[in-house]
Amino acid sequence: MAASLKGWRELPIGGVVPGGSARDLNKTGSWRAERPMWNDEKCIQCLLCWFHCPDSSIVTHDQKVTGVDYDHCKGCGLCAAVCPKDAIGMVPEREGTCAK
Amino acid sequence: MPNIKTLAQREEKEIRFTPGHTLCAGCAEPMVVRTVLNAIEDPVVVASPTGCLEVATSRFPGTAWNVPWIHVAFENAAAVISGVEAAHKALTKTGAVRRRIRFVVFAGDGGTYDIGLQALSGALERGHDFLYVCINNEAYMNTGVQRSSATPRCASATTSPVGDAIPGKPQDRKDLTEIVVGHHVPYVGQAAVSNLIDLANKVERAMKHDGPKFLNVLTTCPLGWRTPRDSAIVQAKLAVETRYWPLYEVIEGRYTINYKPKKDVPVEEWLKSQGRFRHLFRDPKGKVLIAEFQAAVDRHWDHLVRKEKCLSGAEADQG
Amino acid sequence: MRKVMTGHKAVAEAMRQIEPDVVAVYPITPQSEIAEYYADYVHDGIVHTELVPVESEHSAMSACVGAAAAGARVMTATSSQGLALLVEVLYIAAGLRLPIVMALANRALSAPINIHCDHSDAYLARDAGAFQIFCESAQEAYDYTLIAQRIAEHDMVRLPGIVNLDGFSLTHTSQVVEPLDDAVAKKFVGAFKAVHPLLDVKKPVTWGPFAMPDYYFELKRAQAAAMEEVPAAFLSVQKAFAKTSGRAYAGFVEKYRLDDADRALVVLGSTAGTAKVAVDALREKGEKVGLLKVWLYRPFPYCEVASALEKVKHVGVLDRAISFGAMGALYSDVATSLRRSQSRPALHNYIYGLGGRDITVEQLAEVLEGLGKVRPDEGLRYIGLRE
Repeated sequence: MAASLKGWRELPIGGVVPGGSARDLNKTGSWRAERPMWNDEKCIQCLLCWFHCPDSSIVTHDQKVTGVDYDHCKGCGLCAAVCPKDAIGMVPEREGTCAK
Repeated sequence: MPNIKTLAQREEKEIRFTPGHTLCAGCAEPMVVRTVLNAIEDPVVVASPTGCLEVATSRFPGTAWNVPWIHVAFENAAAVISGVEAAHKALTKTGAVRRRIRFVVFAGDGGTYDIGLQALSGALERGHDFLYVCINNEAYMNTGVQRSSATPRCASATTSPVGDAIPGKPQDRKDLTEIVVGHHVPYVGQAAVSNLIDLANKVERAMKHDGPKFLNVLTTCPLGWRTPRDSAIVQAKLAVETRYWPLYEVIEGRYTINYKPKKDVPVEEWLKSQGRFRHLFRDPKGKVLIAEFQAAVDRHWDHLVRKEKCLSGAEADQG
Repeated sequence: MRKVMTGHKAVAEAMRQIEPDVVAVYPITPQSEIAEYYADYVHDGIVHTELVPVESEHSAMSACVGAAAAGARVMTATSSQGLALLVEVLYIAAGLRLPIVMALANRALSAPINIHCDHSDAYLARDAGAFQIFCESAQEAYDYTLIAQRIAEHDMVRLPGIVNLDGFSLTHTSQVVEPLDDAVAKKFVGAFKAVHPLLDVKKPVTWGPFAMPDYYFELKRAQAAAMEEVPAAFLSVQKAFAKTSGRAYAGFVEKYRLDDADRALVVLGSTAGTAKVAVDALREKGEKVGLLKVWLYRPFPYCEVASALEKVKHVGVLDRAISFGAMGALYSDVATSLRRSQSRPALHNYIYGLGGRDITVEQLAEVLEGLGKVRPDEGLRYIGLRE
């Protein structure tokens, strides 16, 4: 870890950093204890899960849900809670991984 | 008026707030940030004071902000944005800057109701063209759930704990929204994280006005409110349904209550949904305190309805 | 053209010529007139500056930081309690590497509340990360405001700077000042170059991120490196200014009749003028006395102070503030300067002029005459204090 940290001469002036860099640097998906499983057959594309996801982890394309960004999803379960059609279920992370 | 698809379309085109932040799982703050940023079409520059949002979104060398963003200190976000906005005006005069840019503050209740109130009042009075969004989760969550002047009466916080002598916070919360109304700014609104489309519409209406605009958005905190991490929307919705947190706006001094619950849902329903009020349901004195809480909610709602009646945007338009 | 003007007006004139994009300022005695003069320029439409008449000094510096990060040239001014209130944000301006120049009308800090001059406000800010210059006269206040702007904006520096001028004795007294012509001054200061401006919305950046123990230390070391660049920038800008103005500025310090002196005073600010008269009077009597006036106070010019005092046997360092529980701040810096000096002059520390107490030629002459007769390093001595 220490080896990848920069020395003081390499740092940007005033600590100013380019926007949007957290997405690549912090894979918050490692926090997850429960995994949302999205069922596209039940999904009515109301986008409520996308709207409420605190981690912008409901992936959409042309305003339609296409999946979950497991690199960043923290497994809070809000998407499942707001889903009107039970199209998202929360499963223990280990099980979710095995089920794949 | 923006609908969910328009907002999704805008975020697909340009993601303004990225994942990779380290806010708690289930934190409601990003919903407010994303909705507000997606509801504004123009380029934006954002300032935030110290707080959960700032700490969790800007850990060097990473940042979740994909729009220009600045943090300076805890008490001065409104002053910082005043400077940014003044710079924009000056550089527009010299021709160095040509674009229309919108200026937004996202601040917590501590940085707004308490330590940042003077800077906010100054910026409102000076008339800078900006939108100030108070992401109000009713306590100092970043430092460990200490009480703020936005914390409701009776709530247990780490500096207003439930003790044998004093059961939680003795004082009512401050009515900041009305304090801002007293500055006679063009747009003031109250919203909740349970009603994001209402929030997006309010942002769109607000941005039609030049000058200071203020939104006070009730935003649940699973940690501080002691609620399940997937229930942020439930608590906020109950706050609206019980009339604890009315959704309303004051445009050019005229009041509109955006949502009037059809049923009388007692505030007790909201209180019992949260661990911070648990003592009210265990202690025999709790009933009295709940009754007092209800009376305060009723009084506040009644005042608001009267204000709407006297100073209604709708009536004025008809007149 | 020579004009008679107050220190306030001299600073305001320099600011008008610099014509910052944003001035955010809050009134406080004895600074207010700078804000008032500048408000006149703005309201008369002779500058394009946006004036932000903030509700506190804290907000003044906060608005300056916002505006500077946005990409604007920014200035402010304050004094005493105002400096104390905004010092939190001054540290941040330095950490963010923002070239904000601030006139500081030096005034005593409360309690008791007092509106008159001493240097407790400047000393309060000495570790903030802003470079600091002290001025002897209204002319210097004008000149060093222009010079400070260029140092602050120097590519290698990009730091806030403070131009100190003694409250009332400089701010409110009328003196002869010879300003540069507007065009000459503007050319000297040059155009402002923004770095990572917030208003460049196509290249979004994050200003003021949160640094954990993994990076805080390195970021502060990088900031210290910027401060290390100030002396070189100071000399080159001062040289350019001397050429433009014809004024004989050279170096971080002014040496007055110091070459053959065996006793000398070290001072900051307007007291240098009084001390020069005292030195002249004693020289008339054949006494070998001199004066060292420090222009650049932060970063402190240790080597130059040491070499200037090399041949002096007794040095009296005058501090216009008490650093409670320690020797005077300037004294400590001079002592540090001399730590490797071969000659090791005897050092004396005098506290004087607190809360606007007058300091006279006679008092300074007495101090100079006493140097060598009193035992050095016996702790603080006080000038003009009733027992």
